[in-house]
Amino acid sequence: MADATITGGLPTGREARPASPEPMLAADGTLLRASLARSLRRQKARALLLIAPLLLFILVTFVLPIGDMLFRSVENAIVPETLPRTVAALRDDPAEVPGEAVFDALYTDLVVAEEYKIHTQLGTRLNYEFGGASSLFRGAGRHVGKFDTDVYADQFGDANPAFADPGRWAAWMADDAVRAALPQTTDAYDAWAKFTVDVHGDDPAEEDLGDFVYAALYRDLAAGAQPPGLPSVDVSGFEAVSLKQQFVDDDEGWGEPEIWTTLRTFSPRFTAGYYLNAVDLKIGPQGIELREGSDRIYIQLFIRTLILSVTITATCILLGYPVAFLLASLPMRSANLLMILVLLPFWTSLLVRTSAWKVLLQQQGVINDLLVWAGVLSDSGRLVMINNQTGTIIAMTHILLPFMILPLYSVMKGIPPSYVRAAKSLGANDWTAFWRVYFPQSVPGIGAGSILVFILAIGYYITPELVGGTKGVFISNRIAYHISDSLNWGLAAALGTILLAVVLLLYWAYDRLVGIDNVKLGG
Amino acid sequence: MVQASRDAAFVEFERVQKSYDGQTLVVKDLNLTIPKGEFLTMLGPSGSGKTTCLMMLAGFETATHGEIRLAGRNINDVPPHKRGIGMVFQNYALFPHMSVAENLAFPLEVRKMGQAEREAKVKRALDMVQMGKFANRRPAQLSGGQQQRIALARALVFEPELVLMDEPLGALDKQLREHMQFEIKHISDNLGITVVYVTHDQTEALTMSDRVAVFNDGRIQQLAPPDVLYEAPLNSFVAQFIGENNTLTGVVTAIDQGRCVVRLDSGDEIDAKPVNVSRVGDRTKVSIRPERVEFNKARLRSDAHTLRARVEEFIYMGDMFRTRLSVAGNDEFIIKSRNAPDQTRLQPGQEIEIGWLPEDCRALDAA
Amino acid sequence: MTITKLLGSAALALLPMAGGALAQEAGTELPPCDNCSDSMVIMSWGGAYQNSQLKAYVEPYEALTGITVTWDESSNEAIAKLRAAQEAGNMPFDLVDVEGPDSQRACDEGLAVEIDADEALAPGDDGSKPSDDFGDSLINDCYIPQIYFSTTFGYRTDVAEWNGQTPDDICDIFDTETFPGKRSLQSSPKKNLEWALICDGVPAEDVYDVLDEDGGVERALAKLDTIKGDVIWWTAGAETPQLLADKEVVMGSTYNGRLFSVIAEQKQPVAMLWDYQNFDFDGWIVPAGLDEARMNRTMHFLRFATDTQRLADQAKYIAYGPARASSQPLVSTHADLGIEMAPYMPTNPENMKNYLVNNIEWWADHQDEVEATFQNWLAQ
Repeated sequence: MADATITGGLPTGREARPASPEPMLAADGTLLRASLARSLRRQKARALLLIAPLLLFILVTFVLPIGDMLFRSVENAIVPETLPRTVAALRDDPAEVPGEAVFDALYTDLVVAEEYKIHTQLGTRLNYEFGGASSLFRGAGRHVGKFDTDVYADQFGDANPAFADPGRWAAWMADDAVRAALPQTTDAYDAWAKFTVDVHGDDPAEEDLGDFVYAALYRDLAAGAQPPGLPSVDVSGFEAVSLKQQFVDDDEGWGEPEIWTTLRTFSPRFTAGYYLNAVDLKIGPQGIELREGSDRIYIQLFIRTLILSVTITATCILLGYPVAFLLASLPMRSANLLMILVLLPFWTSLLVRTSAWKVLLQQQGVINDLLVWAGVLSDSGRLVMINNQTGTIIAMTHILLPFMILPLYSVMKGIPPSYVRAAKSLGANDWTAFWRVYFPQSVPGIGAGSILVFILAIGYYITPELVGGTKGVFISNRIAYHISDSLNWGLAAALGTILLAVVLLLYWAYDRLVGIDNVKLGG
Repeated sequence: MVQASRDAAFVEFERVQKSYDGQTLVVKDLNLTIPKGEFLTMLGPSGSGKTTCLMMLAGFETATHGEIRLAGRNINDVPPHKRGIGMVFQNYALFPHMSVAENLAFPLEVRKMGQAEREAKVKRALDMVQMGKFANRRPAQLSGGQQQRIALARALVFEPELVLMDEPLGALDKQLREHMQFEIKHISDNLGITVVYVTHDQTEALTMSDRVAVFNDGRIQQLAPPDVLYEAPLNSFVAQFIGENNTLTGVVTAIDQGRCVVRLDSGDEIDAKPVNVSRVGDRTKVSIRPERVEFNKARLRSDAHTLRARVEEFIYMGDMFRTRLSVAGNDEFIIKSRNAPDQTRLQPGQEIEIGWLPEDCRALDAA
Repeated sequence: MTITKLLGSAALALLPMAGGALAQEAGTELPPCDNCSDSMVIMSWGGAYQNSQLKAYVEPYEALTGITVTWDESSNEAIAKLRAAQEAGNMPFDLVDVEGPDSQRACDEGLAVEIDADEALAPGDDGSKPSDDFGDSLINDCYIPQIYFSTTFGYRTDVAEWNGQTPDDICDIFDTETFPGKRSLQSSPKKNLEWALICDGVPAEDVYDVLDEDGGVERALAKLDTIKGDVIWWTAGAETPQLLADKEVVMGSTYNGRLFSVIAEQKQPVAMLWDYQNFDFDGWIVPAGLDEARMNRTMHFLRFATDTQRLADQAKYIAYGPARASSQPLVSTHADLGIEMAPYMPTNPENMKNYLVNNIEWWADHQDEVEATFQNWLAQ
């Protein structure tokens, strides 16, 4: 019958475009094609209008957050934005530990950043790449206001009191000729004026200038600048302060190459650093290299997550298949009752379930007590079934079992009993009839259940956190940790992106091997 | 058909009863003997117990009481797969995940048959149903009639001596069904196999079977060849279930050997052949086939009782005329007459006299 | 840092001084609050601690002002929440309860506003200036502490395998020969590293110097490695008491107030190991980014909630010491149990023969890197 209908298919498509060059016209004389397009457009518009709320919802709750995640996993603007001068100066200074010019820039940057309280965030950011950066920046932030640069202000003030007058400064800095002659001073003054207004709400024309502005003025003048309109002052006799020395005195870390290598590597606005970190790599002086042994944890966690998720999926199949089979073969009324029991895990709160698992699984728990009482175990040989991988597998299987049973059940419900009867009448014994005839037809249910369970398992983190101890946690727990504890959102985003990619890859592989058509959620 | 083997009881039901709930019997005291090579149809309305009987024979239901024998062996406790009975299911039950050839090879495979032999048999079975070209298709790619042929071929491929068919043509349209009826009958005759066929379609039963067992209310009402069943129903259920039938109710007023007089509720008296009545005063339903009613006085015996009738409706059916009459208070009385050149076309409103041969009018039970 | 003054006065306070505490409560009057919002969201820890806050000052404040207070029980991830809220430009919290080091981080990162204690807070009952009354506990410009607590160990008193011995030394934690069985430790480097170093032979006063050295953290982790297989790691303070009650562990660290409820309220066979208990603060920070009405409300509440009487009241519900010196004399017996709180107070001289004070500045600076190293070590 199917053969018969095919020949009659789509005659309009062929006939609407006849060999003759004259276009087909509709009854009112308009082009038929245009008329068709118009009527279809109205249909499409209506369909679009109907799905618009969902589309919008998905866009806002799904596409945008994932886009944000992808962006965060490579975004690194915090370094160039917090230390713009340092990043620029570093470009001209290839030395392992850079010279004075970079430290001068770092000083200005840090003073400004400290005012805005953003230097600690930068420290935290760089600490992901180089342990020790955080305390370096926090310490420097705390001490940068107490550097010896106040000698410049004093010397300029002694040389000419005009230099200590904020009103005069404001006038000078309004003059383009002065600004052109004193680039560093202008830059420092502008930054100072900005945070004086932004952070303190004061008028720059009335407040004493920061030491770093005088330091910049000293550098400009020492470099031979001739600003018009400023009182002339000879700075050659001034006592100079080595900012490099100041920083190194504050913390030896500034005099060592690591922090500078890190800064150089992570000065661009975008970085692959988070992704490298997420697969236990890092950018070293010689390019990409493996992290040290004690820091290599993510690959291992990804593998563990996959293995445990597969194990959980497998136990769900093993436990869920017979239950679904029973459900499908029972009469409706008993099946409904049993279904309530299957769905029970959905109805109990996580807290209740966790307590139940603890009571059951712990070493002094019900199961161990029973086994000891029955003489299966000795009192000292109690099983460890919680706070390890066993605990994770048991608890997750419990939670996810309904997701396996439901699709299996609905697929099995759709397999008529006559297939098995037919197989038996053809001479197959119970097992052969099941294995050769019933089971292959239930495979789409297993496929659907497995995909559901596996994808849910791979992203679970609350349950592993509660019962998994340290060995039974998933990559998602690390992601949660980086989101809420370490606040390394970039790494969390990179890990999340990789997890998403792994899931998509597995889905693709599944489609290739089994075929996604072979997945049925219902009979 | 092998007439010689008719006498040997191949399938036997002896005092078989079946109850699902322990309170009511769906099969009541079934006794049935099917000789080898016979095409036996179990016919009856749904719920009459015919399918249950088939399932008990196949082994999917167990008899609550009694014995079922196959070739003399009690098979009550033999599991279905060891009975060696071929079966064709209502919806074909072709395994959707296997190709046509794999479906056919399945019964041979589970019998551990070698590959070469298997392939040969599959090919022969497919050729038998003219489906040789479709060996590599999946069942879903076939039409209903094609699936039906494959199901038949699969039930036959392992050469069972007994084949059960559970309403195998129910899902086909009329034309295809008639074609398949012929084909099934043809194949079963050629192979000389015993067939037990379940249907609720009496035409199917009449055209295909050697014998038909009419089921109702858990019992066999009549077991007979189609012609006997049609022409000599033993009770009013069979009479009404098989073919078209006119009934008139009344009381027996006189009875002697092979002949009785029935006074109808309208007061008219007619002749009838006593079948289920034995005494004067018994209430009865008399049954007359529409094509046995005659309104042309010239063709009636002179001593025959006649009844007055009024024509209600005339229906032209091509090969036949079908006329609805009002007779003795029954206005659903049908007569059929052949479309012949000398045939009279009755007009609605016309008053006529009708009659029949007494042996065509069977006085049955009043149930 | 020294907290001797605080601890000294606390110790004095534990002399029986029942009564008096309740007397003032009835007559409490609040100054009016102009241009104030009429609801607050307070972030705290949930559980018994939040309950003590509820009873001691939130419920009284609600009764006096008629405003409604909503709780958000996520103080264990306060910094993340604050940072996310600040990024989103919408601060849902009016007041946040954090431990000392987190207050330092919040202050450093501009997540919390600076508060002038003398201006914002009520003077002590004895007339002392708030900055004197809180003293050293005002560890940074953003922090108004409520209580000090200690992290210490509890152990089961009925472990047969111990042959009648009981742990009395912090290093018994690492002695799995004499004291076999599982231990529960916090899933955090804080405190664990200090204890590990002390038991690795580092004098208590040098602990942070050693941690500062190259390899110092690794040295501590190596010591922890010796018992890693026997440890169940906890993240919520309620876990250790439960694990002890269930016999799942034979000893474990947690906040002293939690152990108090296991021992005194649930009457479990558990005892305290006070050796090298580790002191820390818990207190308020006010998140940056509040509008004027909400800020006014928060400051109004803060003034009330941190006065001498309120902080003393809190100690009636949980075994933590008030951060105000002037509150110490008012601490007496437990509100429901009527138990003398003295033996359960971390400041009892009996209990503080050896103690550590959490070095908040060091932890604020090094938290990031040490936490990362520790978590990696855990995951190995």
